[in-house]
Amino acid sequence: MDPKQAQMLREIQALEFVAVELTLYLDTHPGEQEPLNDYNTVAERLNQLKAHYERTYGPLAAYGSSPVEHRWRWIEEPWPWEVQY
Amino acid sequence: MWLYEKKLQYPVRVYNRDLRMAKFLMAQYGGPDSELSAAVRYLTQRYTMPTNKAKGLLTDIGTEELAHWEIIGTMIYRLLQGATPEQLRREGLGSYFALHDQAVYPADANGVPWTAAYIQATGDPVADLHENLAAEQKARATYERLIRLTDDPGVKDTLRFLREREVVHFQRFGEALNDVQEEMARKKIF
Ligand SMILES: [Fe+2]
Repeated sequence: MDPKQAQMLREIQALEFVAVELTLYLDTHPGEQEPLNDYNTVAERLNQLKAHYERTYGPLAAYGSSPVEHRWRWIEEPWPWEVQY
Repeated sequence: MWLYEKKLQYPVRVYNRDLRMAKFLMAQYGGPDSELSAAVRYLTQRYTMPTNKAKGLLTDIGTEELAHWEIIGTMIYRLLQGATPEQLRREGLGSYFALHDQAVYPADANGVPWTAAYIQATGDPVADLHENLAAEQKARATYERLIRLTDDPGVKDTLRFLREREVVHFQRFGEALNDVQEEMARKKIF
């Protein structure tokens, strides 16, 4: 994987990790405002970054999660277990 | 339903082929306290949870465990990559090769296939959440042993990430258990 793509993927993984962590925390603390604000901040940045990544390197998810331009790139390499970081 | 994302939750970096380590990692791929057991356990138990916090948490942790299962599967796949039958045999994976070649099959480090007998769903939320607390601790302890079995800094790094997740899951399950017990106490009073 080219270093630029790997770098962007790393950023997405890091941001999404924060989103996962906040999701679990909010599941057991649904009334707290501060983690909810953090969740929204992360969600916005994550969506921007994913949209940018997908425009350049192809979709991260299928099933209609985002529109596909030109050709069907979903099945293109590398699959997650093939990525060299 | 589930939405698959074409990426790992955390990077897998494998610097050297290590066939024995691939075999040891099967503990967390198809063993009793593996990521597969965790995912199936939580996603099964959630139907009969009495509180929304517990239903949400079991759904979300169960989903994260599937992502961990993929990480372990990727590590095994990469650690085995390119090995010859002779090398596999020499490193103690001859019988694995005979049955599965280099497929990533859900068995434990001793080759015992995964079974639903490893998990329980009793319909009793207090019993189920206690099982989950124990399962997270057993998985943490397994990761600590696995970290001691490798010198590869890439493998160690990913295993440390997975170990930390077990600690967080344990914490959240404890909170869900308190919530369930409070809810049950409330119901008894009124
Ligand atoms: Fe876990």
